[in-house]
Amino acid sequence: MSDIPSTLRYTEEHEYIRETDVDDEFIIGITDYAQGELGDVVFVELPQVGDSFSRMDVFGTIEAVKAVSDLYSPISGDVVDINASLETDPALVNGDPYESGWMIRMRAADPSELDSLMSAADYADHIDS
Amino acid sequence: MGDLKQTPLYDVHVELEAKMVPFAGFSMPVQYPTGIRREHEAVRETAGLFDVSHMGEFLVTGPDAGAFVSSATSNDPLSLRTGQAQYSVMCHAHGGIVDDLLVYRLGEDRFRLVVNAANLEKDWLHLNSQAGRFDVHLEDESDGVGLLALQGPLAQQILASLASEDLDAIGFYEFTQGHVAGAPCVISRTGYTGEDGFELYLPAGRTASVWQALMEAGTPVGMIPAGLGSRDSLRLEMGYALYGNDLDDDTSPLEAGLAWLVKLGKDEFIGRDALIEQKARGLKRRLRGFRLAERGFPRPGYEVSLDGSVCGTVRSGTLSPSTGAGIGTAYLPPDVKPGAQIGVSIRDRMIPAEVVTMPFYTHGSLRR
Repeated sequence: MSDIPSTLRYTEEHEYIRETDVDDEFIIGITDYAQGELGDVVFVELPQVGDSFSRMDVFGTIEAVKAVSDLYSPISGDVVDINASLETDPALVNGDPYESGWMIRMRAADPSELDSLMSAADYADHIDS
Repeated sequence: MGDLKQTPLYDVHVELEAKMVPFAGFSMPVQYPTGIRREHEAVRETAGLFDVSHMGEFLVTGPDAGAFVSSATSNDPLSLRTGQAQYSVMCHAHGGIVDDLLVYRLGEDRFRLVVNAANLEKDWLHLNSQAGRFDVHLEDESDGVGLLALQGPLAQQILASLASEDLDAIGFYEFTQGHVAGAPCVISRTGYTGEDGFELYLPAGRTASVWQALMEAGTPVGMIPAGLGSRDSLRLEMGYALYGNDLDDDTSPLEAGLAWLVKLGKDEFIGRDALIEQKARGLKRRLRGFRLAERGFPRPGYEVSLDGSVCGTVRSGTLSPSTGAGIGTAYLPPDVKPGAQIGVSIRDRMIPAEVVTMPFYTHGSLRR
């Protein structure tokens, strides 16, 4: 069974978004389920700090042994940090998707967009169906 | 999914929590929870155990068995002694490849052909359509035969404790009939990985117990089960062709770089005239290996460019776990030789690549 932390919110494309201790800044990555489906991640293309995205824009790509997938921004906003460790150790996404395998940190343009994302329970149903 | 066939090890794979995928009509393990990279590394460093029971086996017997196999395949099976095997191809009359296969000489008038599962029906029809003028009997043994591939530098050490035979006496592309863990077995020093190793042909009903015995013998020295995902990256690092990617009904063995399998000097075989003509006329294209100069994962179907114009597509491609480079194959004009520069379109970027001599990986434990 894949890990679906109850405190996060989720997209249908298998990204998660997590609150930080800074108002309106959020951590984004892909779910445990997604990394399991992708298999070994071999590299992750991330945007640059300062790039802006609208909700569900492609912010990067993830290349796994079996397939390449786009990464979708769960919210609109600006990239304020990226996980540079993934450049040298993309397998962090497989080993620890919710912590050391995070991808980008965004400042939300409209935090109310989070309300439209799935809860953990909804996401569990989504991957079950 | 209900129509997929299962190998004798299906329940074992499910128990191991393998990711099962449809492949050539079978439900096959593409990887175990260890992951493709780890399985690849294990084969290079210690050993991996593959279930390849989906492969097809045809038994050819009768007074004309040798003549028939020689007529159906491009290599020279009559040069084999009993106990030797050879890699070969079957061609259409027009020179395209029906399938690539292993030919085992079991006896004077007794051969076993090991074919790709995806081509089993096509091969069976092709062979039977050609058999009429020969005094031979063809038997499809596929459902009754299990096949394990034990591959890696520790393969012999692992197998030695379970095998009835002296493995040192089995050279590369040789085999012997014996027993493994009590089960009757054809022990063949062959493989598809570039490492030393064995392929074990077993009665279907005994395959699971031999797998279990090998797991018990191999686990303490680092052997792990390995799936089709690592089988593909291992074979591509060696430049071994895969039917459906590098070879198909419209490519000839000369174009595919398999001229060493084509004995144009022998009396007669299906496709010989077309291949002689193709050779005389000059090839229009040739399968080559390439290595990306930058980070990238070349996947089959991506466009390949030469001097700025598209000249083909990636046939096989992967991010080589052993070398870290993006590697692949493509059909290129025959004058594009190793050292030439090409480009591979990876989504919106053109990644420069160099045409290189295969294999891509040269440190395997394979004994030649």
